Amino acid sequence: MPEVAITAEHLGKRFRLGRDQDPYGRLSEVLSGIIRAPFGRQVKRTSATDFWALRDVSFEIEAGSAVGIIGRNGAGKSTLLKILSRITSPTSGTATLHGRIASLLEVGTGFHPELSGTENIYLSGAVLGMRRAEIRRNFDEIVNFSGIDPQFLDTPVKRYSSGMQVRLGFAVAAHLESEILLVDEVLAVGDANFQAKCIGKMSEIGRSGRTVLFVSHSMPAVLRLCSRVILLDGGSVVSDGPSHAAIRRYLESDLGRTSERRWDAPDHAPGDTVARLRSVRVVAPRGGSAEEVDIRQPVEIEVEYWVLTPSEQQPTANLAFWNDAGVCLFISNDWRGRDVITGLSEPTLIRSTCTIPGNFLAEGRVLVTVAVSTFNPPTAHAIERDAIAFHVIDRSEGDGVRGDASGEWPGAIRPLLEWRTILPAD
Amino acid sequence: MRPTAPAPTVIRPSTGWLGLGVPELWAFRDLAYFLVWRDLKVRYKQTAFGAAWAVLQPVLLMVVFSAFLGRIAGIGASGVPYPLFALAGLVPWTLFSQSLNGAANSLVNNQNLISKVYFPRLLLPLSAVASFVVDFLIAAVVLLLAMLLFGWAPRSTFLLVPFLGLLAVFAALAVGVWLAAINVRYRDVKYAVPFLVQLWLFASPVAYSDALVPPQLRLVFSLNPMAGVIDAFRWATLGGSRPDGSILTSAIAIAVILLGGIAYFRRVERNFADTI
Repeated sequence: MPEVAITAEHLGKRFRLGRDQDPYGRLSEVLSGIIRAPFGRQVKRTSATDFWALRDVSFEIEAGSAVGIIGRNGAGKSTLLKILSRITSPTSGTATLHGRIASLLEVGTGFHPELSGTENIYLSGAVLGMRRAEIRRNFDEIVNFSGIDPQFLDTPVKRYSSGMQVRLGFAVAAHLESEILLVDEVLAVGDANFQAKCIGKMSEIGRSGRTVLFVSHSMPAVLRLCSRVILLDGGSVVSDGPSHAAIRRYLESDLGRTSERRWDAPDHAPGDTVARLRSVRVVAPRGGSAEEVDIRQPVEIEVEYWVLTPSEQQPTANLAFWNDAGVCLFISNDWRGRDVITGLSEPTLIRSTCTIPGNFLAEGRVLVTVAVSTFNPPTAHAIERDAIAFHVIDRSEGDGVRGDASGEWPGAIRPLLEWRTILPAD
Repeated sequence: MRPTAPAPTVIRPSTGWLGLGVPELWAFRDLAYFLVWRDLKVRYKQTAFGAAWAVLQPVLLMVVFSAFLGRIAGIGASGVPYPLFALAGLVPWTLFSQSLNGAANSLVNNQNLISKVYFPRLLLPLSAVASFVVDFLIAAVVLLLAMLLFGWAPRSTFLLVPFLGLLAVFAALAVGVWLAAINVRYRDVKYAVPFLVQLWLFASPVAYSDALVPPQLRLVFSLNPMAGVIDAFRWATLGGSRPDGSILTSAIAIAVILLGGIAYFRRVERNFADTI
């Protein structure tokens, strides 16, 4: 019988929203609360302001296996990882871990920009849980793996390019000698070459008999590293099994079909004190579906958001369109909308609609990231990555871009362009 | 399970009061070392005077105190040159005030670590304070030089200086641990600390001798943990009557505040990553 490395039993994590959530709470608010209710009868919070980021999550992970955790934003993946790495404590349930634990929640944890490369290797290694002797033993290998020229090791890392910093950060983390490794989305950094190197290192770690828990949005990376995948949604496990099945279920059920997102409670909505999102959706054409749009038809994306603090700069909606291959097709900003938003004196709901012309997008799935931003300096007040998605269908009826051609039609977009064809008189 | 395997880590909702967690702090001593080392390195990295700052602060204050207060009759101790009197108060005071400020802001200054890795959170105020001990040791040497300059022969009690410094550190930690934990939720602390330190300076016998304190306020005055520490420091370096009573009151006050602070810190630390 295989040894168990991690056992999670009914793990739950509750966050209190509202007043409690404000990270910069002021003492005066608490004091005035006491003054208003001097005999301890504080206004009782209703359970409506409670939010379960994780609910009743149970699983067992065998020692030496690599397990992926996937799910859309806010599904509870990061919360789960933070509980298992003891950064935050669960509200209910227990977890038991056998062996030394190291967690890798970002690249370059503990780096200080003023310190040199060498100094940061030691500092970051210690922060991640390595002993001094361990770092010294692995030092040359870390430098070697990072690919950083040893002559730069005495330079403060603030003079490094961001790519160099990331490489050095990952190199330190890759040499952790713990039995259990908890990894969050760190492979989504660096150039393609270095990413491949990281994934190679990770699968090497997976094969070396250590237990790896790997949270990621990158399905190819999960497929390559993990034989088993746990799919989370709304804080609960919805699927747990072989990677292929769980990933297919994820792609088909969740991201694949959501053409509309709404946040009814402003407290839960993405945003800050300036602006908050309310909804984003693909407007279904008459008699058509919002999930699948004809390549010849225009597509309308409607964004609703609240402007909470009127200011000099009017926050406007922006959309970024991505394809399945992870290519950003284009971005668009409603800068003309500023005229409408100017002069608001109180919180106001704004609705902006963007129309993408027909015969412009390519066939396939389009993921839409929505944000509400001001631009001087560029600040995204509210952002939701991959908020919605829709499919563009080319029915090849002869009047589209491809005419009556059949077969593969490459390209990230498929605009119908004007051609002039003449017989030059000569 | 392998017989050699260490005890498993069990994660459960933590409620109630926890112990001090000393074994765990010891297990993370390498990290503590690197955090202190980082603070020292970074503090003096891009400064022109470097570690001279450790000396400049108490010495410049001594000059100012001497220039403006030194001529007031009876403010210092009889027979002791006022600059020496002031410096012997300022050296432990500087250690205390800087440590207090460092400890109170230690969690907020390291919020990226708190939200990304696990380690006993008490390491942060502890290492913030420890980095100022180095400054203190340099300042103590300067005090020794100043004494020689004034022809004041050091006595054997000078050897107590490191222990009294440790007491000042504990005093700073006692208050700092409370403030650090409160600072996570209420950033008011960040603004209140400089003000608190300033008030505290006036309430402590740094610039003046505690002989100036009216007898009816003596007891309240000696509850200030730093009053006894500074008295004892002056006695150890410059001589005078041994302040048995006031150092004992201070030590008890420090112990009570420190233990209470650590207990409170340990109770709320599980929420740091969520609220910071």
